[in-house]
Amino acid sequence: MSEAIEAEQTFADKFPEEARIVRAALLGSFLALTLGAIFGIIQTLHRTGVFRGFISSTDYYTSLTAHGVFLALSFTTFFLVGLFTWAVVRSLDRPLLNTKITWTWYGLMAAGMTMTGVSILAGFVDSIDMSADVLFTFYAPLQAHPMFYAGLAVFIVGSWIAGADYFRTWLAWKRDNPDERIPLQTFMVLTTMAMWYIASSAVAASVLIFLLPWSLGLIDQVNPTLTRTLFWFFGHPVVYFWLMPAYLLWYTVLPKIAGGRLFSDPLARVVFVLFLLLSTPVGIHHQYLDPGIAEGFKFISMTNTMFLLLPSLLTAFTVVASVEYGARQRGGSGLLGWLTDLPWRKPEFTGMMLAGLMFAAGGFSGMVNAGMNINYMIHNTIWVPGHFHLTVGTAVALTFMAATYWLWPQITNKPFYSRTIGLVQVVVWFIGMALMSNAMHAQGIMGVPRRTAEPEYSGFEYATMFGGFEELNIQIAIGGTLLFVSTVLFIGNLVLTMGNPKISGLADPLPPALSGPDDSPKVLDNLRLWVGIALTLVVLAYALPLAAIISRGGLLGPGVGTYPVWLSPLVDALANAATLLSAVVDASASLAEVVR
Amino acid sequence: MHIHNYEKIWLAASVLLILLLLGSVTYGAVGPGVAMVSDSEQAIDAGGLDDDDRFSEPRVEQVGENEYEAYVVAYQFGFQPDPIVVPENSTVTFYVTSRDVIHGFEVAGTNANTMVVPGEVSKITVETDDRQEYGLICNEYCGAGHHVMEGKVNVVSQAEFDDRNDGGNGE
Repeated sequence: MSEAIEAEQTFADKFPEEARIVRAALLGSFLALTLGAIFGIIQTLHRTGVFRGFISSTDYYTSLTAHGVFLALSFTTFFLVGLFTWAVVRSLDRPLLNTKITWTWYGLMAAGMTMTGVSILAGFVDSIDMSADVLFTFYAPLQAHPMFYAGLAVFIVGSWIAGADYFRTWLAWKRDNPDERIPLQTFMVLTTMAMWYIASSAVAASVLIFLLPWSLGLIDQVNPTLTRTLFWFFGHPVVYFWLMPAYLLWYTVLPKIAGGRLFSDPLARVVFVLFLLLSTPVGIHHQYLDPGIAEGFKFISMTNTMFLLLPSLLTAFTVVASVEYGARQRGGSGLLGWLTDLPWRKPEFTGMMLAGLMFAAGGFSGMVNAGMNINYMIHNTIWVPGHFHLTVGTAVALTFMAATYWLWPQITNKPFYSRTIGLVQVVVWFIGMALMSNAMHAQGIMGVPRRTAEPEYSGFEYATMFGGFEELNIQIAIGGTLLFVSTVLFIGNLVLTMGNPKISGLADPLPPALSGPDDSPKVLDNLRLWVGIALTLVVLAYALPLAAIISRGGLLGPGVGTYPVWLSPLVDALANAATLLSAVVDASASLAEVVR
Repeated sequence: MHIHNYEKIWLAASVLLILLLLGSVTYGAVGPGVAMVSDSEQAIDAGGLDDDDRFSEPRVEQVGENEYEAYVVAYQFGFQPDPIVVPENSTVTFYVTSRDVIHGFEVAGTNANTMVVPGEVSKITVETDDRQEYGLICNEYCGAGHHVMEGKVNVVSQAEFDDRNDGGNGE
């Protein structure tokens, strides 16, 4: 084989087994996306009062739990592990050490999410005494079926093994290349997973020490402020866990698609280090309005949060600069004229750019959330879902979908069924989200609450601002419908793509950065140092608040009762779990078949 | 490590924005005196509210000239008292706790907003304006009937407030 042909190998040619794993992860992710979108459209129409015939208002919360867990945990994390597996193997240019371990973590994550998913969906079926209508945040003392918590624990353990898989592969590479800088994509993966270990330890502790034993009846009560604080210890960094793969794509793939290359490798490393350091000691900003937490702790959390804006603002600069460089390479000129020389017809480009644009808007609404005092105006109103549908719901989700148009051919050797439909799809998402999110923000300022089946009340009417409540509801319903249509176009296009024959010549290798890693100080690659500092910051931010919460309410709660959203005795639960477990085994076996 | 000049300017502007945001919140706390819900109240036995001085009989009390305290209990799925009646142009401190699960306490369209956590008491102080009826809603999911959990905060004239409390707790 000649050198030239060698260079044109796709990822799937070079690493067929790893490509299979990436495909399996992405398909798991898109299955979750499909389910999440179905619940999304039902909720949009129900909440706005356009159509309430699909589900009862009581079942709305089952749907909302499913929407949150499937999209925020399953869609995002499965895409992440797929993308990270691709990124590590591609950038180290070596296969994983042992794919049995890889399939083990994949299996654990799939089994865990299936357990949690089944416990949620059983809430729709009255004849099964199982339910987990506790929403994505599962605040005690509302209590879900034990299988909900057990599934979450299994899922998280799976993700930990995935991280270990990446670290081991990197260490093996390092033994062979002792003097080289960590390749950028691997660096991004390792810093993100380090952040994930720190962050998810708290929610794992909350589930394993308190919530699971409590749901099994082994302990009588829990401290709601404690479990809530442990959730948000994880709940803020998890948003960066969703975002980091999008950043990886913006930094390492988007510039290439734009016709250029990354502006600065060192700055990209600085940004990821900042996220590792600052993502976790900020969770209390979700609890500004909690009693039992001192104002000083809230202020510290706010300060950290505001500094967390820095890496995102730096990213905005670097990504735009890289894209501009690409445009100028393609012959673009002028102050803004270069914008017309970008490949706007490519869905992967337009999708990621629109995602980035919406992220900027989401950043600004996030600054309002982060402001301790103005947050009073919008806390727990629909403003907040308006905000995170711009961030995780567009910056992340639209980037993932857009990147799929580029990545999928690399891992399958199959060209996309229709790139035109792809372009329509990403634009429809943008329009739909612009409508829905704008109206949600506006309703939030009027005081319309989030997380409710029926936001209209009998005793009063909302004041009119930026259009009345009803008009904004229509805007939300139209936006939500467009988002559903966009998801259907994406999934349909992908399914048709799977039927395409394999062809050669799809390889699209990534160029190195304009300013390479040798420009950056070596200390940036010292992961031990950064993890050490990150842990120190976490201890500083959380040791005193957690100690105070425990000394106020006790480890196991101040006389707070138990409010199960499921009513079955334990025996039934175990019987159900056994049946379901065999179903899970069957399901994962058939999924493995599909993937092969 | 080479940093482009534009990048340095951008970095400086970003840090400035962050400092301005922190400054505005600090000013809000020190100047207009926006206080946060905090740990100023003692923890409370959520199962023993019936024996508690403040919450066995949820109510509004006058505690000083033009100063009132409202003791409110949130439960699945409502608020006590309902409506919460307070006089216009006064200072009202709400003490809110929960009998069961986590709730929200939001006077719709205003910044009177707090989480309500069982075992804790949320304290917020507001200044009332002219007479108006406000919707009071739970803005945290609290169970299957969450969407029907609502109450009212009625800001009434001083005369009407006094009328209502005649023969009541007579404070």
